[in-house]
Amino acid sequence: MNSIEALKELLYKMADDQLIIGHRNSEWNGLGPILEEDIAFSSMAQDKMGQSEHLYNLLNQLGEADADTVAFTRNAPQFHCSHLVELPIGGYDFSLIRHFLFDFAEYMRFEAIKTSAYQPLAQVAKKFFGEIKYHTMHANTWVHQLGNGNEESNTKMQDSLNYAWNYALGMFEPGPAEDILIAENIFMGEEALKAQWLEAITPLLEKSNLTIPEKATWAPIYGGRVGKHTEHLQPLLKEMTEVYTIDPSADW
Amino acid sequence: MANETDQTIDSLDPRISRAHLSGGNHNDVDGLIHFQTYEVFHQSKRGAQHKHVGIVHAPNADMALLYAKEQYARREQTANIWVAPSSCISATEYADDDIFTTAPEKLYRNPASYKVMDRIQAFKERGMKSTDEI
Repeated sequence: MNSIEALKELLYKMADDQLIIGHRNSEWNGLGPILEEDIAFSSMAQDKMGQSEHLYNLLNQLGEADADTVAFTRNAPQFHCSHLVELPIGGYDFSLIRHFLFDFAEYMRFEAIKTSAYQPLAQVAKKFFGEIKYHTMHANTWVHQLGNGNEESNTKMQDSLNYAWNYALGMFEPGPAEDILIAENIFMGEEALKAQWLEAITPLLEKSNLTIPEKATWAPIYGGRVGKHTEHLQPLLKEMTEVYTIDPSADW
Repeated sequence: MANETDQTIDSLDPRISRAHLSGGNHNDVDGLIHFQTYEVFHQSKRGAQHKHVGIVHAPNADMALLYAKEQYARREQTANIWVAPSSCISATEYADDDIFTTAPEKLYRNPASYKVMDRIQAFKERGMKSTDEI
């Protein structure tokens, strides 16, 4: 694998994660717990899709198909997203925990690629850093609020954290060319990212009265990066691409 | 839309059907504690005045700031946001709004009453001509 292929692999997994979690979180549109939260959560879901479009455009510049084609015409085995982002929205407790775990990882990832040797990627990271920072503020404020709420809210958040944890570790599935990305200063690699992520979220979860599962039970759920997905991804793609499938030239 | 509480809404929107929402009555909402409102003040750039733009509902100031950002700063240039509990605002009574009426014979209070433009104009002309005399 050469450095261009390694770069494409990195871009695909970042963009696919954003597209799929963007679509998942958009499912709350109109169903959020209160009006203000509905607007905020939907707005962040849109942000994610916008970010993915910019990364697909980078892939387009590297010879891949255009953003719409890439986003709307692939089947599940051709996607590189992690299992975490595919899971159904569940209750708001799960969606918030996923939002927290995913967005802090994305925050650290974008922080790292702001200094990527691949300039177009560094520019995208700088452009969207503020959006992602707000997403982490939103996530942390909610997790802190509900973790410290009452017994019911704390239990729901802890149960969701326990359920989501091994899926979240799966976000850091090592790619086939980590050494190339690191050697060429394109990206610091998944292992380093995971360490930074743990360092960032551990004190925040403590302040939220939530406990990270015992390390002995950690079992990262891998496969998403190489096209092996949960049963939930294909139905999501079917729903997401419904309009495009009816009329690929539709403009909206 | 279903009317019985044991039925769920059957919608063309698959998300709504999946959510198994009750179409029943929601009178029980009256028994719940409601969030307070926060007044939102928006500053477009540093040094500018914060201007009142509206309210958000939130359980505390941190959440109010999160929502204020999305409701009032999403589509315009923003440097800073303030929120303050609506309960902290003191207001005049509308019943007393007659205190704001100004008696008509006090026109001298209005700047339009001062006839100074001719003097300002004369000063400007003199200034322009006299720069080399200073």
